[in-house]
This record gives sequence, C-alpha cells and structure tokens, in this order.
Amino acid sequence: MRNIWIVARKDLRGYFTSPIAYLVMAIFSAIMGYMFFSLLNLYVLQSMQFEQLRYGKGPSFNDSLIRPIFGNMNVVLLFIVPFITMRLFAEEKKNNTIELLFTAPIKMSQIVLGKYLSALLFVLVLLLLTIPYPIALSVAANPDWGVIAMCYLGTILMIGTYIAVGVLCSSITENQIVAGALTFGTILFFWIIKWASYNASPFWSDLLSYLSIVDHFEDFSRGIFNTRDIVFFASSIGLWLFLTYKTLESYSWRS
Amino acid sequence: MIEVQALSKFYGTRKAVDELSFNVEKGEVLGFLGPNGAGKSTTMKILTCFMPATSGTAKVAGYDVFEQPLEVKKRVGYLPETPPVYKDMVVLDYLIYAANLHGLKKAAAKNAALEAIEKCGLGGVKGRLIGNLSKGYRQRVGLAQAIVHRPEVLILDEPTVGLDPKQIIEIRGLIKSLAGDHTVILSTHILPEVQATCSRVLIINQGRIVAIDSLDAISARLRKGNVLSLVVERGTSDLVGKIQSLPGVASVSNPERADGGHRIIVTADESSDIRSAVAKIAFSSDAGLLELKRESMSLEDVFVKLTTVEHSI
Repeated sequence: MRNIWIVARKDLRGYFTSPIAYLVMAIFSAIMGYMFFSLLNLYVLQSMQFEQLRYGKGPSFNDSLIRPIFGNMNVVLLFIVPFITMRLFAEEKKNNTIELLFTAPIKMSQIVLGKYLSALLFVLVLLLLTIPYPIALSVAANPDWGVIAMCYLGTILMIGTYIAVGVLCSSITENQIVAGALTFGTILFFWIIKWASYNASPFWSDLLSYLSIVDHFEDFSRGIFNTRDIVFFASSIGLWLFLTYKTLESYSWRS
Repeated sequence: MIEVQALSKFYGTRKAVDELSFNVEKGEVLGFLGPNGAGKSTTMKILTCFMPATSGTAKVAGYDVFEQPLEVKKRVGYLPETPPVYKDMVVLDYLIYAANLHGLKKAAAKNAALEAIEKCGLGGVKGRLIGNLSKGYRQRVGLAQAIVHRPEVLILDEPTVGLDPKQIIEIRGLIKSLAGDHTVILSTHILPEVQATCSRVLIINQGRIVAIDSLDAISARLRKGNVLSLVVERGTSDLVGKIQSLPGVASVSNPERADGGHRIIVTADESSDIRSAVAKIAFSSDAGLLELKRESMSLEDVFVKLTTVEHSI
C-alpha cells in the first residue's frame, strides 16, 4: 500500500510541478463554467415560458439541468483524460526512468496501481472544481443532493474506466502522442459502440449495449444506485489494469 | 556475493550473452570490459532484475534474480547507461523519492538522500531542477540514486560517461571508497578506468568471456617474452650486432629515429632478463645510452588482442 502511494504521490506532484495541471484545470473550469451558465440560462428561459403559458409543471430540475450538466461534463472529460494519462508510462519509457521503477523493490502491480491512482486523484481535483455549481444552485433552488451525489459517483467510476484505458495505452508505447490518440480513440469507440446494436440480433444488441460506457451512467444520472453498473465499471477498470500489468511484464521480457 | 552460472540471453535469434559464468566476492570491484554490443549492459540488466535471462542462473547476495527479484532489488543499486532521472524534479526530491522506492521512510529517506548528495558532491545543486543540470551532474545524480539506499551490491553501467576529467577522477575516487563495504560491478570501455578502480577485470566479447583475472595476470599471460626499448645516440649498427649475440635474445629491430636518438626494440625469451647485459653493451661501446625500459603490455593492447578476431582473407 505504501509503495503504491509513493508512486502515486510522485506522479501527482509531477502534474502540479509542470504546467499540465494548471492548464487542464483552467480549460476545464472555463468550459464547465460556460456550460453551467448556458444550461442554467436555458432552464430559466424554459421555466419562464412554462410560467407564462401555465402549462403543466414546468421542466424538471434534474432532467433539464443536473443531468445535462453531468452528461456534458463527461464529454469534456473524454477529451481531457488522454492528456492526463498519456505521459504516465510513455514518458518513463522514453526517458529510461522506467529502469528506476523496475529495478526498485516494488511489485509491478504496485507500479500500475500507483500510476492509476495518481491520474484518478488528479481528476478528483478537477471534479472538486465543479462543487461550487451545485452549491450555487442550492442558494436559489432546492436541488436533489441524492441525485447529485449519484451523478458524481457515476462520473468518478466512468472516468476511472477512461483512466484505466489511458494507463494501458500509455504502457504500450513510448510516444506520448500515440498514447493519447489511442486512449481517445478507444474511449470514443466504447462511447458509440451501441450504435451498431440498433440493427443487430438480440445477442449482439445486448452485448453491445452492455459494453456501452454511457449506458451504465444512465441510472446514476437518475439517482439510482445499480450494482450492475458498479460491477461493470469495477470489472472493466480491473481488466484494463490487468492488461497494463501484462503489457509491462512482457516489456521486460522483450526489451 | 554474485554468482553467475551459464547465463544466456537471446534477443530474438541474436545471442547477446552466451553461457556467461563468473563469481564476484564481497568487497570486490569487478571491471566489465568489452567493445560496444559485447553484452555488458545486457548482463547488468539481468543482474538487476530489469530483464530475465533466456537460460542460466544468477544469484545476488544469495538470492536468485528470477525467483526472488524483490530481495535482490533491495540489495542492489543500479546506475543504467542513461541516468534514470526525472528532468522536472529537484535533485533532493528525486533522491528522496529513490530512497522511498527502496523502502526508506520520511526522515531516514531524507538523511540518506543528503548523505548521497554529500558523497557525490551535489551539495551545490541539490535545490535545482535536474533538467537544468549539465550531463556530468546528471550522471552524478544517477550515481547518487544508485547508492542512496546503501546497497550491498552496486552495478554501474559506464558511470563516468560524459564527465570532465576532474569529475572522472572524483567519481573513480568515490567508487574506490565504496569498495570494501559494497561489491561493485562497473562496465566501461575507458580502459584506464579499469586500471584505476578495479581489482579484477572481466573482458567480454560477443557475449562470451575472453578473460577474467587481475589486470597484471591478464597482461602477463598475454606478454610473449620480454620486450626492451632502447634509445641510443650513435653507433647503432655495431650495437645491434652485439645485442643479437647475447644469449636469450630472439630478435632485434632495425634502429628508427626517435626521441633525439635511435630506437632499437629488443625481444628476448620470457625467462631471461637481459636488461643489465644490454646496458653494459651500450656503455662499453660508448653508444650514448639515452633510455632503456621494459615495454609492458598496456591495457589497450590486451583489450585489442583479446577482442579482435582476425579474419583470413
């Protein structure tokens, strides 16, 4: 456990001693702020129209504001995660610092988990930057904290899967650009994997929609805690990290 | 301390290390010598558990590198060919991190890092980013990293590459001072370095051991007969004839102009020491003796002799 933390802490510090962390945080905050502002405006506009027409209950707070915000945030993170994970192993390989890690008395699994944890903790810092939005909402309205909590949990699990993909892609190559592009492509593929299911046989349709990352976020965004989704995310994170472990092991066999 | 038995390593079908066997005793400094691509780095990478061997066994401090890599890694300090330094880290932080990786905790890690900084002469740059340091300093940081956890065994892959002459002398001094407490294997292709630091040499070529012994023993083995170099001012033709008639002399070279006189190379049998006889002749024939010395085989000669294969045309 200590060894994992040693590796993770070093990389986490690495983000903050380079411009990467601040750049990513600035871009993420700016885009999230703009999105929040626009969606809130839209919601206010819709509510006012309902008010004038006295037509039904008006738009639901969760459906028209909370869910779109988190949905959009996940898309933004889809773009950001490759930039966070691409350096993890690729840079170590390029600079030969991997020899320091691999000849230190720590296990390969601890190295993989440490790297994973560093990127995950950095994304948690990004998510912390969005906490002011629900707090701002709670000043004027009465948001459902349960739904918000579930949305955060779902986001963390989903981003956790992205990061695991990123860690694997970074372990394959020593070129950061290749690692980033591979990560982005793979995640995007699992985002849209469901598209092929609309016209497929029941078996394939079920399989493809099970593999679709976004589908497993649906329940969280409704405030539902579904163990099926938890199992999906946990097992896919485990699988990607296991593949990373195997890749790195074979690296030392081949090199 | 280090036992290597029939170690082989293939890269694909290319044999990088071929049935290597040797032992290193505790406290010894073993020089690993060989031309580029001889298999030095590969052997070192196997000994540090960075990569597994194709066949054969290697034991460090009694632990097998393949069966118990963690135990081996704890006891080995390794400086790879390229120092494994993070350019965006400060020297002190980097060494603390290296100490942490080897299981040293907070204060202990910091003390170990400071001690390594002291030993490697990094005091002046400990607060600077490694990326801003010169190649020589980075090399020293790499060396500090290797010794930070006070390992029993040090494996140094070309430790003085890229250093200026003054630094080279310092680093050699440091390596010498580490011998005794530590067992050191160091690879190099700078030959005087071996003469300066190592108690034993292992010469390797194309993955095979060509020689392993103390330097003196190796060069003595290769020296065929006694070679004397003689410089005189005059009367060379007379002298050559007289020397030739001495017992035990195998050949006498034709005089060449050198060092303000004429140089004659005399080769004699290994058993006969003809130095005083040659000197006597030079005096008695009033040749004006300027220089008389025994030519010992330099390490360069040994190295070239052992690692060159002459192909017939």
